[in-house]
Amino acid sequence: MSSAWIVVLIVGAATVALKATGPVLLGGRPLPESLSGVVALLAPVLLAALVVTQTVGGDRELVLDARLAGVGAGAVAIAARAPLPVVVVLAAAATAVVRLLA
Amino acid sequence: MRSAVAVAATVWFFGASFGLVARAAGMGAVAPFVMSATTFAGSAQFAASSILGTSGSAVAAIAAAVLLNARYAPISISVAPLFRGPRLRRMLESQLIVDESWALASRGDGRFDRRILLGAGLLLYASWVSGTAVGVLAGDVLGDPKDLGLDGAFPALFLALLVPQLRTTRAAVVALAGAAIALALIPVTAPGVPIVAASAACLLGLGRRR
Repeated sequence: MSSAWIVVLIVGAATVALKATGPVLLGGRPLPESLSGVVALLAPVLLAALVVTQTVGGDRELVLDARLAGVGAGAVAIAARAPLPVVVVLAAAATAVVRLLA
Repeated sequence: MRSAVAVAATVWFFGASFGLVARAAGMGAVAPFVMSATTFAGSAQFAASSILGTSGSAVAAIAAAVLLNARYAPISISVAPLFRGPRLRRMLESQLIVDESWALASRGDGRFDRRILLGAGLLLYASWVSGTAVGVLAGDVLGDPKDLGLDGAFPALFLALLVPQLRTTRAAVVALAGAAIALALIPVTAPGVPIVAASAACLLGLGRRR
């Protein structure tokens, strides 16, 4: 078997298991009281971490590039209460324009 | 749902880009397609194919991809109560969890909408897999999604979905702590680790009720 197939099969199996962690182990019933306070905070924490890693994340380095302009434009659109599709399109356009000029 | 369509279009382009990159990395035509259908997680797939393409070892590619997807443990725990029924059904439905479907389904009070999670997840899955197929076959016609600035669209999407989550002081403090942990770890750890480490910030909520 080629190494590509080994990677595809092992990563696929691992990801299926990771995505199933919560629903299989904890699904089908309400969360224990002590855990629900923690889980309620998972959304803001993980979203904040995703914003940071997708804006300046690189391979073991901080990368400051046109994505910053996209997030900046997105932030302005969010502050102006623009609908979500508008935020996404404006962010992509700002990123593309800054990358073209840089 | 209009948001889901905009995001799905972006995801489709990245799927096509993955198909192209994976084929160029010597993965053949079928393996990238199978990877999109089973792994369904962009960053891990790009990392694995680029390591394979630069003659890295299979072990390195697997380690990088699994680390990048480790965040799906805390992410899937956050939506666990939405999944009901037999274990097999919960396992199958959980495969529709992906960053974007999860983020779109968040209602801003720590809870999630099951219909949006599964509906957007299905749409994104179809986009990702069909995009990959087109990319493998004809990806060089489409060009680089970065030229369209699509890599700047994802962090803006997550920011837009983060803002309504910050209604309580505790949520804002914990989000800031998570962002700081991620920022501090990006230069010193493998990609994927910063997000998982940041999720530890939510332990500040232990034993407290909102």
